[in-house]
Amino acid sequence: MDFDFSPEEDAFRARVQSFLDAHLPSEFDARDPDFLKQWNRALGEAGWLGFAWPKEAGGGGATIIEQFILKEEMSARRAPPLGSDFMGLTWVGPALIEHGSDEQKQQFLPELLAGESCWCTGYSEPGAGSDLASLSTRAERDGDDYVVNGQKIWTTLAHVAKYIFMLVRTESSSRYGGITCVLIPMDSPGIEIQPIPNLSGEVSFNQVFFKDVRVPVASRLGKEGEGWRVVVGALANERSGISEATEKLRHIEDLEELARKVMRGGRPAVEDPEVRRKLASFRTRIAAMRLTGMRHLTNQLQGRRPSSETSINKLLRGQLEIEMDAFAMGLLGTQAQTQGRWQYLSLSYHGTVIGGGTPNIQRNIIAERILGLPKD
Amino acid sequence: MNFAFSEEQEFLRNEVRKLLDTRCGLPQVRELAASPEGYSLELWGQIGELGWLGLTIPEAYGGGGLGWEELVILLEETGRHLFPSPLISTLLCAEAITRFGNDAQRQRWLPDLAIGSRIGTLAFLEESDHWSADAVGLCARRDGEGLVLDGEKRFVQDIAAADLVVVVFRCDAGELRIAVIESGSDGVSVQSREPIDATKRFGDLTLSGVRVPPDALLEGGGSATQQIQEILQLGALATASEIVGTAEGALALTVQYAKDREQFQQPIGHFQGVKHPLAETYMEIETLKSLVYFAAWALDNGDDGVALATSQAKAYASEVITRAGVTGIQLHGAVGYTLEYDIQLYLKRSKWARPMYGDEIHHYERAATLGGL
Repeated sequence: MDFDFSPEEDAFRARVQSFLDAHLPSEFDARDPDFLKQWNRALGEAGWLGFAWPKEAGGGGATIIEQFILKEEMSARRAPPLGSDFMGLTWVGPALIEHGSDEQKQQFLPELLAGESCWCTGYSEPGAGSDLASLSTRAERDGDDYVVNGQKIWTTLAHVAKYIFMLVRTESSSRYGGITCVLIPMDSPGIEIQPIPNLSGEVSFNQVFFKDVRVPVASRLGKEGEGWRVVVGALANERSGISEATEKLRHIEDLEELARKVMRGGRPAVEDPEVRRKLASFRTRIAAMRLTGMRHLTNQLQGRRPSSETSINKLLRGQLEIEMDAFAMGLLGTQAQTQGRWQYLSLSYHGTVIGGGTPNIQRNIIAERILGLPKD
Repeated sequence: MNFAFSEEQEFLRNEVRKLLDTRCGLPQVRELAASPEGYSLELWGQIGELGWLGLTIPEAYGGGGLGWEELVILLEETGRHLFPSPLISTLLCAEAITRFGNDAQRQRWLPDLAIGSRIGTLAFLEESDHWSADAVGLCARRDGEGLVLDGEKRFVQDIAAADLVVVVFRCDAGELRIAVIESGSDGVSVQSREPIDATKRFGDLTLSGVRVPPDALLEGGGSATQQIQEILQLGALATASEIVGTAEGALALTVQYAKDREQFQQPIGHFQGVKHPLAETYMEIETLKSLVYFAAWALDNGDDGVALATSQAKAYASEVITRAGVTGIQLHGAVGYTLEYDIQLYLKRSKWARPMYGDEIHHYERAATLGGL
């Protein structure tokens, strides 16, 4: 084991820090579109979008350790996300690199890296949520096209996305072998998008209806009937992407700050032994989440693909979200019922916990694929 | 950055596991637990010859000169097998002598500890029952050249078997001291106590006019308070390492039971009410491993974060083993409540492992302070 970084990696860390000194103002509005545009352009010029993708795919050709350092340094300064297209950069791009044809790579990767496209992901349907493999949106072959009919739901960012990375059924007799992955422009005739307000009242996800949407066979990602293979890899990337510890580190810093400010029995809450234990327990599990992520990165460096083990941190993160929120609301007391930053988080974190598979789905994956218990 | 054990380290794990699988399965563990000594002298001698006992003792004093990364591997396996032996006690005694003893003291004691011809332990806890240097109340009085001890130490692990006892006490104006006394010295008496987990033995130590000669004092480098915290930290890390293996053992046994036991015409492991708690235990063990392995690396490499990492590891380990024990019993159902089924052995081990060298209440508070709260 070795947790030290090489001199080259330390030098890279210093480079990220000076980039941040130069490009990240001490105060900024993370929702300001002009600022974000400028920020993403600077990231693109530095080559840090798709940083660990191979050079021939237009990426930075960096090691996953360098990418890890990049994300940690960015997060430590609370910089805006690395690129505006989280889904595109975290799993659509890697899936294109692995399974895409040369034409598909040329068509999609440059604009993805330039931040000019935005991807959404079409997995869930009204009748296929946790049981994703039961999906029934049909794609029937008609000449050089597929004709797609059906409905997707909980499609995050469908209302702004340029493309959808989606699963369709090309064969009804085979549960897994009948699933195929296709890439469709969201402005294709026959696509109708209906936003669904989430419980905060914001629009983050949508219903998407497909009526006789024609999709060229050339827009299929991977072979017909091999969509499940594509999606298992994409979901592993999604789960590890969701479960990086950086965001939780910022969360616990804020929670500690809150515990210093809030008073309990005339003293700062942070002096209460129970509060201290709770905060230390959160810190401990977040530290472990970061370390477990490093163990999984080591696996990748040794040539193993991300797989079921990504459910470990996804499950842990879900538990942390729920417990840390309950704790924050407890600290706020009656303030918990008003509007505010913590209260907003208290409503919105549910999306993160459910997205990419609910905690119960992660438990199923661990129990069945790792522990070898009988399948549901 | 590389978070994986080396091939040599994996080889060590396989060797340890192979020997314990053949020589110390659960039937043997039960036999040993029922024996007066509580461990096998023969097996003890054998692992001494194999170098397990002296793994971290410097080569110059008859040990293997390896680090805690290797030790964690050994302890994971002894924990998995519920291996009954005075291993951790002897290890802590040897670490104290290695770290704080002078060359003569190391020459005198370490070679015997490395091969197991002498057994060591640490006498620390008192009535105050607190794993902290400030909690030490035992006081020595001066008598000529040496010191004399009168008082008690409690919950001294493996004290009935021990030849050498590292004792922590105060003298003169209350300064802390660490000394090695021989258990056969005049005035030393031991009252064994009945453990819940008969694979882990302990007792109370009464010292009545026990002489501590000057050459028994471990006085090398650093403040005694710091040294005591260091030894307690090693105890916490050793226990957390055993917990990893013990929790894995309990999980493996329960997963197997869930695959074999049928109800409603199917294996109970089919039901989410059974598989989900097992998945949760697995997630917790993996999370714990990350903490324990990092703490071992930090210790071996003099990383500043070692104290925090160790407290995080032991705090979380105490929680994990407590839950793993209970989950194991509950998922076994009524047979889990019998003496016959083995899962109860793991529950009993959790009663030992949770408090030793500090429970989660102790270590989370320590982690909070070390983390700046």
